[in-house]
Amino acid sequence: MFFTYLRRELRRRRKAALVVASGLALGIALVIIVTSVSSGMSKAQDKVLESLYGLGTDMTVTKAAAAQGAGGTQRPRFEFDAKEDEDATQSTDRVMVQGFQTLASSTVGKVGEQAGVADAVGGLSLTVMKVDGQFKRGEFKQDESAGQGGPGGGQGGGGQPQGEVQGGGASFDVNSFTVYGTDVTQQDLGPLTSSQITKGRTFKATETDAEVAVVDSAYAKEKELAVGRTVTVSGTEYTVVGVSTADSGDAAANVYIPLKQAQTVADSKDKVTTVYVKAAGSQQIDTVKAAIQKNIPGTTVTTSADLADTVSGSLSTASDLAAGVGKWLSAAVLVAAFLVAGLLTSSAVSRRVREFGTLKALGWKSGRVTRQVIGEALVNGLMGGVLGIAAGLAGAYVVTAISPTLTAQLGSTGGGTGGGPMGGGGGRQTASRTLDIALTAPVSLSTVLGAVALAVAGGLIAGAFGGWRASRLRPADALRRVA
Amino acid sequence: MYQLKGVTKRYMRGKNPVDALAGVDLTIEDGGRLVIQGPTGGGKSTLLQMLGGLDRPTAGTIELDGVDLARLPESRLTKVRAESIGFVFQSFNLIPTLTAQENVETALVPLGLGARNRRERAAEELESVGLGDRPNHLPSEMSGGQQQRVAIARALVKRPKVLLADEPTGNLDESMRDEIMDLLDGLWKEHGLTFVMVTHDSSLARKAPRVATIRKGKVTVTENAAA
Repeated sequence: MFFTYLRRELRRRRKAALVVASGLALGIALVIIVTSVSSGMSKAQDKVLESLYGLGTDMTVTKAAAAQGAGGTQRPRFEFDAKEDEDATQSTDRVMVQGFQTLASSTVGKVGEQAGVADAVGGLSLTVMKVDGQFKRGEFKQDESAGQGGPGGGQGGGGQPQGEVQGGGASFDVNSFTVYGTDVTQQDLGPLTSSQITKGRTFKATETDAEVAVVDSAYAKEKELAVGRTVTVSGTEYTVVGVSTADSGDAAANVYIPLKQAQTVADSKDKVTTVYVKAAGSQQIDTVKAAIQKNIPGTTVTTSADLADTVSGSLSTASDLAAGVGKWLSAAVLVAAFLVAGLLTSSAVSRRVREFGTLKALGWKSGRVTRQVIGEALVNGLMGGVLGIAAGLAGAYVVTAISPTLTAQLGSTGGGTGGGPMGGGGGRQTASRTLDIALTAPVSLSTVLGAVALAVAGGLIAGAFGGWRASRLRPADALRRVA
Repeated sequence: MYQLKGVTKRYMRGKNPVDALAGVDLTIEDGGRLVIQGPTGGGKSTLLQMLGGLDRPTAGTIELDGVDLARLPESRLTKVRAESIGFVFQSFNLIPTLTAQENVETALVPLGLGARNRRERAAEELESVGLGDRPNHLPSEMSGGQQQRVAIARALVKRPKVLLADEPTGNLDESMRDEIMDLLDGLWKEHGLTFVMVTHDSSLARKAPRVATIRKGKVTVTENAAA
């Protein structure tokens, strides 16, 4: 009888049921879309951070920023000699430590000894600027009128030819790329972990000082590099053993070589730019950070959370919008939908006073009448839930299908925040890194279960409104009011 | 057997108290048939609701088989209504979305009977009121007389001791009125019910063995030996 009665009533009042279900559906769909977009943004941020840190890195240690002007800003200088042989191609390159700040390799060991540190590995980030080209000498062209001055003229000129230099100049190509010196004995930490080896292989643990390289796929394509070919860094030829592709599409470096080789080409023996640290547990990150800063002076420790704070650009704006406006809007729509559902259910009870009064006169307990009202409201809520989940999934699918591109800028805050391997040494250089991330809206099972819970809650709230009214209905009053 | 002593029901109309019933004393024997008459607003329906346990008096006692309905907790009063009292209303009060059979079954729901048992008893009762061929009709698909028959079947399907009818023919034409009254009289005799009916219709009152007339909350009972 319960289900028969419920089904018939919902069919009779299908318009009102549809209004209630639609309201709840709208709220639930918004919650799903906002939650999934927020989750997508969180994933996008994680991708951005991973592209800098690599997987599993909880924090980086870099040299603390020195005061501006101390030692002067080092800038690369290129010097070319004037050579006798005309039109000879000249080439020179400069290898610079990114951020111009290095730590002693021994820092890696000290960091590793700190309580709560599971693993620590050093890396050296370099920028190579290669300039090659040629000078072309100008040609002297004698002034013809001066040369034809006659005997008198020759004397007046004092024997000096009259004319001008024409043509000549310089044509140089500047090629800049980034090199990362990786500790091949510990490859489970560091920037290379955020890339997949798509061709060839990665470094062997024995290749600590081998002249081998892994190149980023985008750079390999641009420079037509492939496994087995060579890439030259400061005069040293490295055999390409593997091609890597960054998960985020934006690699940490163009070329990866063993750390020792990087130290050699940069003339930075026993130096690293960054120490990548993995904490023993996520709860210990702050403790480890404090311990490193206290025990190893002159270092800057940057956690993922610190770096996340430096994210700006449309990703940050959209993330703020989703967290702020989106969540409030969803909450407001949900509350409004719950209220409307409750009021409509309550109003439906008012229209059915005689019906419920009659049932009570027949001996139906108040609880049974209330259950009937709540049951109807619950089905309305579940219908709203089904519609809302469908609409929410469709919305999330559309967002993922469109994949709007968001821009994330990192490390451009001007100092003190450390930064990733390519983000400068913190403070000294305000290098920023811009990444384009495609936004997705993944819907998790917990989001769907949450939506079902909201639908049930919506139904129960609406049912509570109506049920409360129905339970308070006295049969005599109900029958008298409609007599 | 009903035994009412000093039953008073006071309402507030604005700030003024109004006694719908003012110290009513009344006895209705088991199997008796009583017609309640009186002017509109005289307290007829109020008295019927007191007898049915739908409302409680302000003062006095309403005993049904020795149990005071006025003092009974709500849960037990509900049980009394579910098991012992059948109601028939002027405007039928059928559930519009349920079929004739399902409407009759609603009276059996509080008794906790199984679905099959409910169906069988409802079908039998519909047969007894002459609607055995219309179990699946909705109220909107039936005439007023047919709807009242369904309401009567609903009132009697639980085999109550008491049948309370509030203007059961008030919404019917004359021929239908006689048909319904014949049906009620027949069922009263067949089931040995205590039958109390409120009506405006003097012709119906004349056929009743006892008539209670209510005026300004006071009841006067007259015996009709000819009925």
